[in-house]
Amino acid sequence: MKNTAWQRELKHYLIGGLLSLILTVVAFAAVLGVDLSRAATLAIVAVAGVAQLIIQVRYFLHIDLSRQKREDLHLILFSLLLLTLMAGGTIWIMGDLAGRMY
Amino acid sequence: MTQDTPLHPGLNLGAPHGEAHTRSEPVIFGFWVFLMSDLILFGILFATYVAMRNGTAGGPGPLELFDLTSVAIQTGLLLLSSLTYGFASLLLKHGNGQRRGLMIWLIITAALGLAFLGFELTDFHSMAQDGGVPSRSGWLSAYYALVGLHGLHITLGLLWIGVMLVQIGVLGLNCRVKTRLLMLGLYWHFLDLVWIGIFSIVFLAGVA
Repeated sequence: MKNTAWQRELKHYLIGGLLSLILTVVAFAAVLGVDLSRAATLAIVAVAGVAQLIIQVRYFLHIDLSRQKREDLHLILFSLLLLTLMAGGTIWIMGDLAGRMY
Repeated sequence: MTQDTPLHPGLNLGAPHGEAHTRSEPVIFGFWVFLMSDLILFGILFATYVAMRNGTAGGPGPLELFDLTSVAIQTGLLLLSSLTYGFASLLLKHGNGQRRGLMIWLIITAALGLAFLGFELTDFHSMAQDGGVPSRSGWLSAYYALVGLHGLHITLGLLWIGVMLVQIGVLGLNCRVKTRLLMLGLYWHFLDLVWIGIFSIVFLAGVA
C-alpha cells in the first residue's frame, strides 16, 4: 500500500519534470532554433511559459482545485488577483508614459 | 479516504506521520502567506522590468549582453534541482525516518543550486565587463533588481538547505524538522516558478 503511494507520487514528479523540460525546450527552440516573426516567437514563449507554470504548480506544488483546502486556494487566488491589478496597472501606466517619452 | 485528505497545499506528510502531519497545517499556511507576499514583490519587479524594457539610454541592450546558452544551462540546473528536492520530499514522507538518502538528495539539490548560482554570477561578471552595470540605464537597474533578487533567494535557499542538513544530523527527523523540510520544499519549487518568468520575460523575450 505504502509502496504504491510512493510510486504514484514519484511518477507525479517525473511527469512534471518531463513536461517542464519539453516546454522549456520548445520556448528556447522558438527563439534560437527556428526563424519566425517576432510576434509568433513571443506568443510561443508566452504560451510555453504559462503552461510550464501551471504544470509545476500542479505537479511540484501539488495544488489542484479539490475541495479540501479552500482557504489556501483563496489565499493564492486573491494574491494572484492583487498581482494582476498591480503588475497590469504598472505596465499599463508606466508603459504608456514610456511610450510618450521616446 | 479521510486519511488522505490534504491539510495544506504542497506535499502532505500524511496521517502515518501523526503529529508532524497535523502540526504542519497552520505553519505551512503561514508559510504560504509569506510565499504569496514574496510573489507580489517579484511581480512588481517584473512589471517594473517590462516598463523599463526600452530604457537602455543608449547603452548596451539584451542582444549585446545576454548569453542564452548560459541561461539554458541555468534553467536546466534549476529544473533538475526542483525535481531532486521532490525526491528528497518523497523520502521524507515514505522513507520510514531513514536519514541518509534524504540527506544525499538534499546535497545533490544544493550542488545543483550552487552550480546555477555560479553560472549566474559569471554572467553578471561578463555583462559588467561589457559595460552592463546596474547604473548604466534604467533597463539594467531593473534587470539586476529582478534577477539579482532571485539569485539572492537561491543563496538564502542554499544556506537553508545547509542548516537543515545540520538539523537532520543533530536533531533527527522530529516534527519540527519535518515541517521545516516541507516549507523549504515549497520555497525551492517557488523559486523555480519565478525562474520560468525570468527566462521567458527577461531573456527569451529580450532576445526574440
